[in-house]
Amino acid sequence: MRFLKPTRLRLYSQIFFFALFLLLLLRTEFRGSLTSSGQEIRLPYPVGLFFRLDPLVAASNALASHALYKGLLVSLIILIPTLFFGRFFCGWICPLGSIHHFFGSLKSERKRGKQWVDSNRYKRWQNTKYYLMAAVVVAAALGSGIVGWLDPFSFLVRSIGLSILPGTNYGLQAFLRLLEQSPWGMVQGIGAALHFLLGALVLNFKQPYFRQGVWLGALFVFIIGLNFRITRFWCRAICPLGALLGLISRWSVLGLVKDSAKCNDCNRCLLRCQGGDDPIGGVAWHQPECHLCLNCVGECPEHALQFKLFPAQQTEGANLQRRKLLTGLATGAAVVPLMRSTPGFAAERDERLLRPPGSVDEGFFLARCIRCGECMKVCPNNALQPALSQAGLEGLWTPILVPRIGYCETSCVLCSQVCPTGAIWEITAKEKGWSVDVGSARKPIRLGTAFYDRGRCLPWAMATDCIVCEEWCPTSPKAIYFRPAEVFDADGNPKQVKQPYLDAAKCVGCGACEKACPVQDRPAVYVTSVGESRSRSNQILLNRTKG
Amino acid sequence: MTIPEKMESGTATLSRREALIRLLRAAGLGAGAAGLGVWLSQRSSHPQEAIASSVKRGHSIAPNPALPEMAVVEGDDPAQLARQAVEELGGMNRFVSRGDVVLVKPNIGWDRTPEQAANTNPSVVAEMVRQCLQSGAKRVLVTDVSCNEARRCFQRSGIAAAAQAAGAEVILPDPSRFKEVDLNGEVLTTWQVFDAFLNVDKIINLPIAKHHALTGTTLGMKNWYGILGGSRNQLHQKIHESLVDLADFMRPTLTVVDCYRVLLRNGPTGGNLEDVLLKKTLVVSTDPVAVDAYVAKSIWNLDASSLPYLGMAARRGLGTMEFEKLRIRIKTI
Repeated sequence: MRFLKPTRLRLYSQIFFFALFLLLLLRTEFRGSLTSSGQEIRLPYPVGLFFRLDPLVAASNALASHALYKGLLVSLIILIPTLFFGRFFCGWICPLGSIHHFFGSLKSERKRGKQWVDSNRYKRWQNTKYYLMAAVVVAAALGSGIVGWLDPFSFLVRSIGLSILPGTNYGLQAFLRLLEQSPWGMVQGIGAALHFLLGALVLNFKQPYFRQGVWLGALFVFIIGLNFRITRFWCRAICPLGALLGLISRWSVLGLVKDSAKCNDCNRCLLRCQGGDDPIGGVAWHQPECHLCLNCVGECPEHALQFKLFPAQQTEGANLQRRKLLTGLATGAAVVPLMRSTPGFAAERDERLLRPPGSVDEGFFLARCIRCGECMKVCPNNALQPALSQAGLEGLWTPILVPRIGYCETSCVLCSQVCPTGAIWEITAKEKGWSVDVGSARKPIRLGTAFYDRGRCLPWAMATDCIVCEEWCPTSPKAIYFRPAEVFDADGNPKQVKQPYLDAAKCVGCGACEKACPVQDRPAVYVTSVGESRSRSNQILLNRTKG
Repeated sequence: MTIPEKMESGTATLSRREALIRLLRAAGLGAGAAGLGVWLSQRSSHPQEAIASSVKRGHSIAPNPALPEMAVVEGDDPAQLARQAVEELGGMNRFVSRGDVVLVKPNIGWDRTPEQAANTNPSVVAEMVRQCLQSGAKRVLVTDVSCNEARRCFQRSGIAAAAQAAGAEVILPDPSRFKEVDLNGEVLTTWQVFDAFLNVDKIINLPIAKHHALTGTTLGMKNWYGILGGSRNQLHQKIHESLVDLADFMRPTLTVVDCYRVLLRNGPTGGNLEDVLLKKTLVVSTDPVAVDAYVAKSIWNLDASSLPYLGMAARRGLGTMEFEKLRIRIKTI
């Protein structure tokens, strides 16, 4: 029955949920269908599943919005069993935990002999995660979703989706190109077969590019690398979700019972302990730190350790220091007003702060968005990018539309479908109003307004025909119109060209004009956020009526 | 590697044999590095992208004085129109031979539905595919280099599903399949071309008639923008010259202009159903210039003089803009 050993079952569970996570992340992409002619395009899989399982995201969403966005109620599936059984989620389900588990099990110079055993003893600094959690929860209550900087799924999707996978795609494509362009027929054949196989599994249709990709990936590798010093440093010291689950497992009815009569202090239970919760004899067990990985039970040669329902033994709680906890709470309470006392969206909007279609007004947006990057991963035009400073420090890694990289596709609403928290409120193509039911009384969603830089525009500055922007403009009637004008070329000869103008009342700010503009570096037409329909204040026209 | 416990004291010396081997190793590496360096330095040249050369050009068939050169067919069912239109010109067997690889090039440029008339009618595309296969074509490819996101265009236009069901190979414009090709044009020299368009036996151009602000209308010749990658947004600067260069490069077997739904305003993207005219007509011709001239005149009342590219193409010998002089068959089903 080796295959049914509890630690084996845990391993199977970890592999299953990690594979599921990876599959859903890889499918957070519109891949198109050559056999379906469906008009309303939606992803067939619940790609945001893991965010819906995350009680921390649900708590933050509830505190920030005084409501719970649809789907987040699912997190009760994790929350309620944790109340009874402890942090099984960390040891059995969490894909980030499983990654740490794997790398923490590898041999390391820093973890040998006594050092290794010592590194797995309970340490006071493991309480850091509770203070961090206190800070982000208070921040959520004050209307800031910065919990996403530390939430394990946000961290994972942002790192893997925006950095590791695009890098992998680039590497694989380069490798396939090498094979397919080889002078030997057989190598070419292998390349073509691999291309077909990988194309169906992982390759992107177009190479995705993400701003800050290098840093997001480097941060991920650094956090993983910490495992070579201390197993699961992230889970033990940083993860605010682990902290939340640890706190609520205080009254769990499942506990570790140590038979001190049998224990001969061999310390083998410490070797592969994941949580750093002191399963050894002679000291109290730290219940909130335990991931229920069951390694200690399996390792103990004397069978002195057992998990039992309604244990009689005393266990150690989170044992928080009041002063540090208060510091954490105060940090969360102070950091939000601090971040908001810079001009930001209240006083001086960044003109390029273009939010995805369906986004709620900026204040609500910053409260709900958990900086997870799902919307950026799914965008078929690679248009959504993690913000650096455009939305202030608080808006770090929130999504912005960068039209020069990609415009907002007329009928596409995928970002609103995958957003787990309602920062991008779920809309239909009809509600977006750019492609379906055009010309109906409904007002379209607007992301901003386009402007011309006449000093760079070909018909205005260089007596050359162009108006590609007008060709691409998706509104109907078009927001970009033109007037024939007589201009003079360099030799003084008169010439007729069509000069473009913009009707701000019709522009939806999709950015197609900016993307299509042939002035390759700094385009002659560009979109700024003014006129975005989500904001009441960020407007130009007194009465921006239906286009 | 094992590390000796204590280093030997300085008295030990290398044997002659070991010293010789060391010298030879160093000399070999040095000679190799020098050889490689000299070879590489001789290869040095300004970096340039490779240009594909083996490109089949001209897909037209021999004229047949007994058969009409253009057919205009009107009726309710788009598939039936497609069938009848080709029939009027002598049937698909005249254009497609057994074993041919045929490429059907509809307009799949925009993320729009068939009713919005920004892309070719999917039923017409499917019927052309079926006819090619019935005439013994080995493979029928359907592709386009879309303007909007390609996968959305292929799906929402309904063309991918319809063509696939009819037996065609639908090919998405995979960014890794573009080749730098010498187009031999007057303004277009080398350009990125989607490689599915290269090296096929027959090409059927299947555009939809739409309004276009710069040229007044976009028809058959403008449809060739859809073979290109690269910065094709620069082509508008010399739109007439580049259209003629492309038409000269492509030389289709047959041109079928889909006027079943015609986008009269706000083209080529459209979107508003009020801009669509239900014309229920298909215009087919072996002459790519005449067919554009005919549709421009009959729908937009544009004379050849207001579409300079027609005259330029005629002068280049690609066809005639005086469609009145052709043998035209007009039929209503």
